[in-house]
Amino acid sequence: MMRSVGAVLTVLVALVVIWYAAAVWMNSGWALGQAEKRGEVLSFSQLVVETMDQKRPRLPTPHQVFGELWDTTVEKKVTSKRSLVFHGWITLQSTLWGFALGVVVGILLAVAIVYSRVMELSVMPWAVISQTIPIVALAPMIIVLASSAGIEGRGVPKAIISAYLCFFPVLVGMVKGLRSPSRDQLDLMRTYGASGAEVFWKLRMPASVPYLFASLKIGIAAALVGTIVGELPTGAIRGLGARILIGDQFGNPIMIWSALFAAAILAGGLVILFGVIERLTLRRMGAAR
Amino acid sequence: MGSVISARDLSLTFQTNDGPVHALKDVSLEIGKGEFVSFIGPSGCGKTTFLRCIAALEEPTGGSLTVNGMSADEARRARAYGYVFQAAGLYPWRTVGRNIALPLEIMGFSKAEQQERIGRVLDLVELSGFEKKFPWQLSGGMQQRASIARALAFDADILLMDEPFGALDEIVRDHLNEQVLALWRRTQKTIAFVTHSIDEAVFLSTKIVVMSPRPGRITDVIESPFPPERGLDVRETPEFIEIARRVREGLRAGTVDA
Repeated sequence: MMRSVGAVLTVLVALVVIWYAAAVWMNSGWALGQAEKRGEVLSFSQLVVETMDQKRPRLPTPHQVFGELWDTTVEKKVTSKRSLVFHGWITLQSTLWGFALGVVVGILLAVAIVYSRVMELSVMPWAVISQTIPIVALAPMIIVLASSAGIEGRGVPKAIISAYLCFFPVLVGMVKGLRSPSRDQLDLMRTYGASGAEVFWKLRMPASVPYLFASLKIGIAAALVGTIVGELPTGAIRGLGARILIGDQFGNPIMIWSALFAAAILAGGLVILFGVIERLTLRRMGAAR
Repeated sequence: MGSVISARDLSLTFQTNDGPVHALKDVSLEIGKGEFVSFIGPSGCGKTTFLRCIAALEEPTGGSLTVNGMSADEARRARAYGYVFQAAGLYPWRTVGRNIALPLEIMGFSKAEQQERIGRVLDLVELSGFEKKFPWQLSGGMQQRASIARALAFDADILLMDEPFGALDEIVRDHLNEQVLALWRRTQKTIAFVTHSIDEAVFLSTKIVVMSPRPGRITDVIESPFPPERGLDVRETPEFIEIARRVREGLRAGTVDA
């Protein structure tokens, strides 16, 4: 345990060091240019100082990004338009709606595919093809279609976009999971004269649970990406995606990076949450511990 | 003693890409009530296929087969038999008790009745106290005993066992053989038992059916002279060795002309 903590910390420190080094390197051009205008020659230590706290750095330093994160989460009121908690909440809501929709669609399609050869032949190729279309190309179309269909606001189209991304891992995992019972296990149910519904609920469904959780962890991260992409097309003013876009438009890299980190932290938190639910569920279902 | 299982000229041909495979050809056999019949033969001789036909898990392509006087499929739906597979096949997400409850749930027994039966069959296979354990917490032999308990839970008169101890080591297998024999004496069930082991077949059975492959058929049926009450030491007796020799000969004959 102590050794793994040590290893994790070592990697973390190495990443931070690389980040600082890259910041010095990438921001030095602007610092040198400014110095030249002033007719100064910078020593290396002066140069390093000059790259640490630029207002519009090419690459913000870790302390700038985490300072901004701290500033826009803890220091701001959560109702403020500048609070990342506020924007994160907007994004989280859409993510969870999209995720719920994607999971339901994924499971229903998986059940249909497992029970029907026709469905397998007709749905599976389209499901695969659907994932080859770049979501950035599709997202604006979904938003436009939703608004022309008279749906107010961004909530529904964003949820559809994130569902579009997350149904697929659920579908693939559940098809595999529902098919995981062995011939003996299925034959056993036949010897009991079990009905199709009983085979499904007492055998196929529980057998697929480990597969489902693996898919859910991928799916929730995909749903978050989908929501953020849905927030990117111009016009959005709320959500982490909108923060990234606004940061880009106003030439504020610190804002972009802090929104990126907020999204990553949110995704990490969701994946960890599902990992915990998975552990608790599988333990109740007798997983070896 | 009426026949519980009656097969007449039973045949089963699988169509494969390499042409038809005669898994069973003209198999005729009567199994009486309370008999313990072992099926022995090399792989491909159709012993498992025959068992699966009795269980209506395979459809014969010729001949006739009745189980409890009904067609095999009717017998299956009437829950005439309990089936024990080679792999214990306990559901890993259910405790031992819940595994035994599985057929009972499907057959619509009340909760109280389920509980009473779980206790009773766990006692029969000497697994009392393991009801709340998950399968992975049990040894291979204990898992197989739990799967036998599951097959016993709903009072089917016939027990079909497909190499139930094939994956277990010799010592565990000896112990389980004694237990199965005791169980058979206590419950008076009709047992059809597929095995690879000559010792196991001779020790357990009242009737030994020797089979041979290509096409799968019966080459010899041997009635055992031993009384139901027998210990592992009968394996040292001359009669036992004589029957084992006859089984071995039957197996050899089947392989030579194949």
